[in-house]
Amino acid sequence: MAKTLYQKIWEAHHITQINEQTALLYIDRHLVHEVTSPQAFAGLRDKNRIVRRADKTFATMDHNVSTKSRTMAAASPVAQKQLNALSTNCEEFGVTLFDLNHPNQGVVHVMGPELGITLPGHTIVCGDSHTSTHGAFGALAFGIGTSEVEHVLATQTLQQKMSKTLRIEINGEVHSQITSKDIALAIIGVTGTAGGTGYVAEFCGTAIRALSMEARMTLCNMSIELGAKAGIIAPDEKTFEYIKGREFAPKGDDFAAAKQHWQTFFSDDDAEFDLTVKLDAADIKPQVTWGTSPEQVLSIDDAVPDPEQEPNLIKADAIRKAIAYMGLSVGQKITDIKVDTVFIGSCTNSRIEDLRSAAAQIGGRKITEGMRALVVPGSVRVREQAIEEGLDIIFKDAGFEWREPGCSMCLAMNDDRLAPKERCASTSNRNFEGRQGKESRTHLVSPAMAALAAIHGHFFDIRKEH
Amino acid sequence: MSSAQQKMFHEGKVAPLDINNVDTDQIIPKQFLTSVSREGFGEALFFDWRYLDDEKPNPDFVLNEDRYQGATVLLTRENFGCGSSREHAPWALQQYGFNVIIASSFADIFFNNCINNQMLPIRLTEAQIESLFQQATGSDPVDVTVDLQGQKLTMADVTVEFDIDSSIKQRLLSGQDFIGVSEAYIEQIVAFEQSEGRDKAWR
Repeated sequence: MAKTLYQKIWEAHHITQINEQTALLYIDRHLVHEVTSPQAFAGLRDKNRIVRRADKTFATMDHNVSTKSRTMAAASPVAQKQLNALSTNCEEFGVTLFDLNHPNQGVVHVMGPELGITLPGHTIVCGDSHTSTHGAFGALAFGIGTSEVEHVLATQTLQQKMSKTLRIEINGEVHSQITSKDIALAIIGVTGTAGGTGYVAEFCGTAIRALSMEARMTLCNMSIELGAKAGIIAPDEKTFEYIKGREFAPKGDDFAAAKQHWQTFFSDDDAEFDLTVKLDAADIKPQVTWGTSPEQVLSIDDAVPDPEQEPNLIKADAIRKAIAYMGLSVGQKITDIKVDTVFIGSCTNSRIEDLRSAAAQIGGRKITEGMRALVVPGSVRVREQAIEEGLDIIFKDAGFEWREPGCSMCLAMNDDRLAPKERCASTSNRNFEGRQGKESRTHLVSPAMAALAAIHGHFFDIRKEH
Repeated sequence: MSSAQQKMFHEGKVAPLDINNVDTDQIIPKQFLTSVSREGFGEALFFDWRYLDDEKPNPDFVLNEDRYQGATVLLTRENFGCGSSREHAPWALQQYGFNVIIASSFADIFFNNCINNQMLPIRLTEAQIESLFQQATGSDPVDVTVDLQGQKLTMADVTVEFDIDSSIKQRLLSGQDFIGVSEAYIEQIVAFEQSEGRDKAWR
């Protein structure tokens, strides 16, 4: 019988059926960070349990680290307590930790792929919703809560119910300045933030095949924002080339054997999906969110919507509230929205290609006077690569702050945050109320569009720049 | 009553939160995630909505209204608990006093997190949710009776049946330790790890 990629990975990790609905699934990789793990380690300690497969568990510090300095002392006292707890826990339970002094440190979803920890056909979990990122490699990767973190630490398994399958097919060619961030936001504009609830989404079509690995990671990263349990893309030669030679990836004969195994992970031609959504790549324009949910998204040449035109009363009310919260007016053009701060970073858009794409927009210009603009590379390795390419100089000459790696202003757990009513063009993943600081106003965009907003002081149609 | 019997029935006051897409950043903002404990999140529930800048209660927020004090059932709308996977969100709801959440849909991770904390998330149709809102938003607060075993809830004049996976229902009724259940399969887990092809480090 024809199978989807998701079914194939599921079957390859199915240990046993616990009851009619629930399977016990094997977990290949468990990524851990400081915020959602302390209570899980405490739980193990309480019950005298061990980390069953420390060799499959990798930890890093990212969520609340300072991006101004590599020292622990630069983090707030409560953050330091949490970072120290992670160090203690990893040491006590034998888990590999990439701490602030380690050359492998980085945002957890940047770190895993770039080290070759993330591999095709794997099951990968982490106490973080953006674990969906790793689906870009043809892995079944999803976020879990702290109780489940404890469960995986103790057993290397999870009890799971099979999800429905959603096929998101995007064919054709995108405009040369359209990035996978625009594709992701355009999809969410169609499905809404709950459209993928209960589904594992597989992205396919010629426009997806054309994407680089970095771009695929951005797309899969955002699949949680349409509510999907996971986003997944079948591995291909690009995937295998990306993995080859990375620190934890198989080497030599092992690589050849692994590749043969990885090539079995694709959806059969006649596999059936529960739901299919199709978009034409050529229709996708540069995207900017205007409201307080990723589904409140528009093309750059649109204007803020009128709640009176929305037939659904609850949605109309949500539009009204979002307009008030965001300090916008009905009919205001997106290109007329002025920006105070620009944030380039996060597990969505802080990889080397993202930084290249942002730097390429600058062209020797300066950011608008009074603008605050941050570039926060996703990992030590990304940062070093960018420095090697001279990107740091380009950013600094233009007036951007060049920071140390961490989650930073994406969720503002450290001191990188917006003041009340401050407006940000952000390459992150969520424009929720208060996400980047109390009363903060977030507009989600691609790295290139964020850089252009820094130069122009307002959102700017990238298609008119070139 | 045994603890299992206690979990079969729940009776309590309903608080209506008439908003779609309530995300976990709203349920518990990031500044409270720096704790290394599972306790102490109730005070921070809906922090940005619940308190004014001087940290006095915001009189315009529904949970601050006198009539909803002591509520143990939260009635809300579509896609509740979307966004971040933080389990601090159900911890905050539970420590505030909510044991049951009724919505037209829940985000997947949040739903699982509720079950792992012995909280009952009930999914109903949008029409059912609408009729419950009509009952729950009158001038007097209303109580709801939830019968998990019988899969029905009653609020004032309205009784509705609800669906729940039998495995989840069983789990909530038994209050089993999930990890313990999986550990019982240790022989199968080890056999799986040792099966052909799975012995490679890269697997």
